[in-house]
Amino acid sequence: MTDQELIWRISGGSGDGIASTSQNFAKALMRSGLNVFTHRHYPSRIRGGHTYTEIRAAADPVDSRGDGYNFLLALGDSFARNPQEGAVYGNEEIKPLSENLDELREGGVIVYDEGLLDPSEIPDFQQRVEENGWHVFPLDLRGLARDMGREVMRNTAGVGATCALIGMDLEHVEDLMRDAMPEKILDPNLEILETAYDQVREEYDVDDVEVSVPTGEHEETQLLMSGSDAISYGAIDEGCRFIAGYPMTPWTEVFTIMTQNLPELGGISEQVEDEIAAAALAVGASHAGVKAMSGSSGGGFALMSEPLGLAEMTETPLVLVEAMRAGPSTGMPTKPEQSDLEHVLYTSQGDSQRVVLAPGTVAEAYEQSRLAFRLAYEYQIPTILLYDQKLGGELKNVPKSHFDREPNPTLGKTLTEEELAEQPHSADGKFHRFQHDVEDGVTPRSIPGQKGGRFLATGNEHDPTGHISESPDNRVAQIDRRTQKLEAIRADLDDEDTSSYAGPDDAEYGILTFGSQQGTVEEAVGRLNDAGVSVKSLGVSDMLPFPTEEVRTFIESVEEVLVVEMTASGQFRGLVQKNLGQYGEKLSSLLKYNGNPFEPAEVVDGFEAAIIEGDGDASGHQTTFVPAAGD
Amino acid sequence: MSTFSAIGEEREIDRDEYTPGVEPQPTWCPGCGDFSVLKALKQALPEVGRSPEETLLCTGIGCSGKLNSYLDTYGFHTIHGRSLPVARAAKLANPDLEVIAAGGDGDGYGIGGNHFIHTARENHDMTYIVFNNEIFGLTKGQTSPTSPKGHKSKTQPHGSAKEPLKPLSLSLNAGASYVARTAAVNPNQAKEILIEAIEHDGFAHVDFLTQCPTWNKDARQYVPYIDVNESDDYDFDKTDRVEAAEMMRTTEEALYDGEVLTGRFYVDDERISYGQEKQQIGEMPEEPLAERYWDDDYEWERSYDRFVDKHE
Repeated sequence: MTDQELIWRISGGSGDGIASTSQNFAKALMRSGLNVFTHRHYPSRIRGGHTYTEIRAAADPVDSRGDGYNFLLALGDSFARNPQEGAVYGNEEIKPLSENLDELREGGVIVYDEGLLDPSEIPDFQQRVEENGWHVFPLDLRGLARDMGREVMRNTAGVGATCALIGMDLEHVEDLMRDAMPEKILDPNLEILETAYDQVREEYDVDDVEVSVPTGEHEETQLLMSGSDAISYGAIDEGCRFIAGYPMTPWTEVFTIMTQNLPELGGISEQVEDEIAAAALAVGASHAGVKAMSGSSGGGFALMSEPLGLAEMTETPLVLVEAMRAGPSTGMPTKPEQSDLEHVLYTSQGDSQRVVLAPGTVAEAYEQSRLAFRLAYEYQIPTILLYDQKLGGELKNVPKSHFDREPNPTLGKTLTEEELAEQPHSADGKFHRFQHDVEDGVTPRSIPGQKGGRFLATGNEHDPTGHISESPDNRVAQIDRRTQKLEAIRADLDDEDTSSYAGPDDAEYGILTFGSQQGTVEEAVGRLNDAGVSVKSLGVSDMLPFPTEEVRTFIESVEEVLVVEMTASGQFRGLVQKNLGQYGEKLSSLLKYNGNPFEPAEVVDGFEAAIIEGDGDASGHQTTFVPAAGD
Repeated sequence: MSTFSAIGEEREIDRDEYTPGVEPQPTWCPGCGDFSVLKALKQALPEVGRSPEETLLCTGIGCSGKLNSYLDTYGFHTIHGRSLPVARAAKLANPDLEVIAAGGDGDGYGIGGNHFIHTARENHDMTYIVFNNEIFGLTKGQTSPTSPKGHKSKTQPHGSAKEPLKPLSLSLNAGASYVARTAAVNPNQAKEILIEAIEHDGFAHVDFLTQCPTWNKDARQYVPYIDVNESDDYDFDKTDRVEAAEMMRTTEEALYDGEVLTGRFYVDDERISYGQEKQQIGEMPEEPLAERYWDDDYEWERSYDRFVDKHE
């Protein structure tokens, strides 16, 4: 086990540079030929509070966080507050060490900064070390960093110590530091890296350490990318050059990446007064002929309900991204959950129509971001890309070639002025923008400023010119036409291959999931298969229009299905049953809503308890089993 | 033929071009002030040389929102209070369009107040006409943000306990670079002010007093009116912020004392528009973004060539 994967956790205070240090180390591991996957845990705090990032690295593909971890680098929390200072969070100073012991595997390694952390404050620390066979290395990282000029360099010292203990050459770490650091701080950082490395090698006998860096090799160049990066690049490659938004965790990442890149591409980003305005701006820009997007997270997305409905009614192409976090209301801003599913599917009044896609991986996030734009513009319908804090923030290596694709800036069914002249118009010259009988329900549009194209876009029901109409015949014709678009989109999506399968086709049991839990479920299926359990999985991305027949085929092919999702109320299972109208006796749920994403072992144990043993009691995990209850 | 050949076309424009074939006669109530806004726009647009197909009129919801049905241009009848964010994005997407937004006092000063403040603050190059009748008309006579204190209605049966909102002062403080008030009963001034507002390179806010003979019967008909720029009783410099603020305050208080003061209250021709500001800092292209999607020679850049290397 220890040679097969390294799961390195760096812990400290929010604001201590944990994220950047871990990102560079993940990249170094990737460059050394390994596959990597990161998981981050951080509090909703301005500064301070225990945070960690975990990097899982292995020669084999990794699509999920692991079960526990095997190497802890515990730094101090510079902003920690303690009870005597009136803090309500307990003794924060010791948390980078104390909070991370439960998940450390037997035989694991602990490097802690003895300049900041005193393990005698942790009850039974020595006893736990002995029981678990942990290898503990107290190092004065802060002192070393202070001696060399800057205390913040203790992160680098910790990385140097890590490399010494796991037998990792410094070459890739040093290369990365040269790429990422400005001249001024580079040399002292390189120096402290090597000093810490040498010091550990000299002072300790590292041969006893059971954790070592695996070796691997990539066949092609890899990129370390987050879901937020991938969504942004997908948008750019589809010709999106306008974004409007209002900051909100975790959607802010996509907003920031787009905002930083768009000016270079001659695009426009607008940070505006609220999310109602943000979505309305995207509608306005799209109406005027630009590929546009907006987005938010739960509460901010709620404010977008009305502009969303306006885009639907006026058939203005629009892409919104929704980065879910734990709700309701402000909920837990930095914690992932999938419980905005129903909100996104059903918000906005009337028989409204939209497309909702939920990518499962970083690679899919890029593809489905592009797909969201293509569908929105080809079918003149709002498309929502639904993801969460987990997928948005996790880093994973993806082959560079995955992004080597042609751009697609086309606006969909728009007309040139020559083509407009051939289209039906009213006697007064108004263009029939909303014709009744057209293929796939999509009626071509004009762009303001075009001669012969004027029409009225309105949220009221309207006739072919856009004029407000309450005629029953027109009403039925228009709503039928708009609805018809979803059937065409479903047929289109059937060729897109957005779903993900794992496990043998002829498996006895199934696991159904959606969005960001896909990688974890697939790893669990692999482990169950290795243990001789006959199970397969289906990760669904198309939430609306739903791939009813595909899911039906999957459910019918197995005896029982466990539906895995990060909600408390089984929203995805509900969606499956709503669309299929049966199989209620075959579908049970494994839910998790404690603020942390599933670990593969939780799915493995949950599946065994639910399906094999049948009582659903997976002790030791904070997951919930809900048995099948019929239709 | 260029992509948007309606834009910048040199030709005589007849005001009848703005009259739609369907519903050429508006269905506003007889005597409604909204007719005057429509008439003034039909006069102003040909004079500034803006044809129906190079004009985008964005409205909100209410009696005023019906303007889109009676003025034949490219139109976007949006949702309640949201005409401004739709309109200003269209202007950023294609600065060559003539963008006009319009709505009522409830739409613009109530539900859409946040957008009003920020659109004025940013100084987008557009015209915003607020049909201010001091009442909710379409929903049948409820008290609005500009209804006078003590105003009785079905939703304020004991009379409104609220001071009315002061739209001119709000606009000035938020950052509008052209602020005027006109009245439906003053067609010549209305036309002239709309011409100035449309030609102004920044956010031009016109508070248009439109009497509601159906739901605000007791209210004045906004006559007689006084043009503060022409009256000998008032002397202020409309390019001076402080003097403009004082004149606005006087005007807003006088309205509730039965005196209708109109005219140009603040004009700042020096300040550049938001689009120009963005262009200066390199956050907006010089060529209209909307044109790019029709340019067959444009080389669309991809993330693969521009951004992914830093992830290696």
